[in-house]
Amino acid sequence: MKKLLLGDEAIALGAIHAGLGGVYAYPGTPSTEITEFIQGDALARERGVHSRWCTNEKTAMEAALGMSYAGRRALVCMKHVGMNVAADAFVNSAITGVHGGLVVVAADDPSMHSSQNEQDSRFYAGFAMVPTLEPSNQQEAYDMMQSAFELSEALHEPVVLRIVTRLAHSRAAVEVHAPLDMQNLGICQERWVLLPGIARTRYAALVEKQAEMLAAAEASIYNKVEKGQGTLGIIACGIAYNYVKEAMGDGANVLKVSQYPLPEEAIRQLASENSSVIVMEDGQPVVEQQVKALLGAGYDVKGRLTGDLPRTGELTPDNVAKALGAGEKEIMAPSEVVAPRPPQLCQGCGHRDVYTALNQVLATYPDYRVFGDIGCYTLGALPPFKALASCVDMGASITMAKGAADAGFYPSVAIIGDSTFTHSGMTGLLDAVNDKSNITVVISDNLTTGMTGGQDSAGTSKYEAICVALGVEPEHVRVVVPLPKNMEEITRILKEEIDYPGVSVIIPRRECIQTAARKAREARKAKENA
Amino acid sequence: MKKDIILCGVGGQGILSIATIIGEAATKAGLNLKQAEVHGMSQRGGDVQSHLRLSTDPIYSDLIAQGSADLIISMEPMESLRYRPYLAKDGKVVTGSKPFVNIPNYPEEETLQAALAELPSLSMMDIDAVAKDAGNARGANMVLLGMAARHLQILGADELRDAIRTVFARKGEAVVEANLKAFQAGLGE
Repeated sequence: MKKLLLGDEAIALGAIHAGLGGVYAYPGTPSTEITEFIQGDALARERGVHSRWCTNEKTAMEAALGMSYAGRRALVCMKHVGMNVAADAFVNSAITGVHGGLVVVAADDPSMHSSQNEQDSRFYAGFAMVPTLEPSNQQEAYDMMQSAFELSEALHEPVVLRIVTRLAHSRAAVEVHAPLDMQNLGICQERWVLLPGIARTRYAALVEKQAEMLAAAEASIYNKVEKGQGTLGIIACGIAYNYVKEAMGDGANVLKVSQYPLPEEAIRQLASENSSVIVMEDGQPVVEQQVKALLGAGYDVKGRLTGDLPRTGELTPDNVAKALGAGEKEIMAPSEVVAPRPPQLCQGCGHRDVYTALNQVLATYPDYRVFGDIGCYTLGALPPFKALASCVDMGASITMAKGAADAGFYPSVAIIGDSTFTHSGMTGLLDAVNDKSNITVVISDNLTTGMTGGQDSAGTSKYEAICVALGVEPEHVRVVVPLPKNMEEITRILKEEIDYPGVSVIIPRRECIQTAARKAREARKAKENA
Repeated sequence: MKKDIILCGVGGQGILSIATIIGEAATKAGLNLKQAEVHGMSQRGGDVQSHLRLSTDPIYSDLIAQGSADLIISMEPMESLRYRPYLAKDGKVVTGSKPFVNIPNYPEEETLQAALAELPSLSMMDIDAVAKDAGNARGANMVLLGMAARHLQILGADELRDAIRTVFARKGEAVVEANLKAFQAGLGE
């Protein structure tokens, strides 16, 4: 049977059909739809597949490792920068090894469509010394889930499935098979205690397994050779293969790479049959560097490092065709009348009222800084508000405000969303409390994870309790309702708390207008059906 | 036969519904299809676009190469111009005529019209007004789909009507009929 699926949905369905026990994830573009699909899938619900959102990528990775220890197949999904958050657990899961299959989906975002960098998760897989699968299309994304779980269980190691935005968010027909039963190997009989003495043994075992991983990549059905004309060998990784095929048809010498570690023998073979090699990979020049090392300084290796492809940004059919000298076409120039149309906060959004109030109050101080965070409210950096001095990583608003306050700067204000606060803000707030830092923290609570489309937020209804439990004085935890009619009260409270020399928290709370509208629609529908 | 289509507009204008209907019709007709969408940050009132590729042969790239789009379907006039480098020399542009102004530096009407007139082929209609006249104020995207149907070739109007029925079926007969009416108003036959 064929189904029209996004790359993300193909991964989700592939995982369910491979007998998945649970998915663990924090929302992050372009990975969010994987978990959402599993949450909405009838078979997954019937089987009781775990799919509730986690507080952050680290808790997700650890819970998945626990599920693997108990003998079930577990999936962890995150955007590329989520790998930084999960890294401690992820890297060490390669040392403990796994029991039930464990697959980590890392969704990279070259060109930074919705991200703050374009780090390449294949580095992480190499760093942790575990295999990577990189699908070139939606069908492979589906098929690879079963292969990845099998490989993980055969090697007793986690396996990374790396995708990029253009696969995650592109739809195509996928041939699906009958679902496998849910896997259950029973609880693991080994102990995964990484005391140094044990970790040394485990690490040596991981190093020893590298030959097996390499052999699996050399024999992989996902890596294949195509012979054509000319003396240029093309190494096409993941979706780069599509752009190469689009430009060259069946006429080129191609090594398609969709399973790592790099199939060294196949690359040597390609190099020996051609006079130069070009590496096509979406993201950073991970493979290009390795191929250069493998073939030696005397061999001509082209790619992003040599300028044959752009050093930054995603691959496109255009830059790939150009690098291959294919398809010269007459192209109309971009229109000069087109103005940029950046994203903006929705009309009626509570974050707008928060920024209006903040800007109004802070304008009365000689100088001030608002340290921002990751979410819809990052758009407060753009006109008309231009409110933010920084946006770096999840949780950094509170800790950067604290650091600036430690340096004597005042007023030092942090603004963070509710979901980002529970993701990575709580520990920073505890630091500030312990240091009695003179900061004002605004937790702009819209009762959801808004930017990624309105997923549940882990701390909803618990924020005052969390702040007080972390040691913020109860009289300096203030809740307001961000609406234009409340502006006088909001600005008064903001001023009081900015003037208070210590840690204060203001929680403007009003539901995201998108999720509120969605709930109203659903309620209306339910009423109509009743 | 292949058709490379760029669907565009401003986040929230409903271009993904157009993509869903063409996708449904294409799948039923046994065509190969790839459709790259934009999710995430730019959906918040920013420019959004979707690359939709239909073909009787296998399709490799999820993205359309510059200079090769057969059709640009746009909800909004300035957005239809944003993708000009993608348009093939004999490509067609179908767009709603009413500007969506949510930026301070939106081009002047005269400048905009002059740039639109330079396109190799242009069909423009006040899709909001036509939808309203057809009794479906929220059906501007279906009016646009009707306009585009004249240029799709690879799919016929009946196939698109069937797809509208399938996609909106769960919303009830009244919604299906309203959307078919909006579609017909755009098609104008």
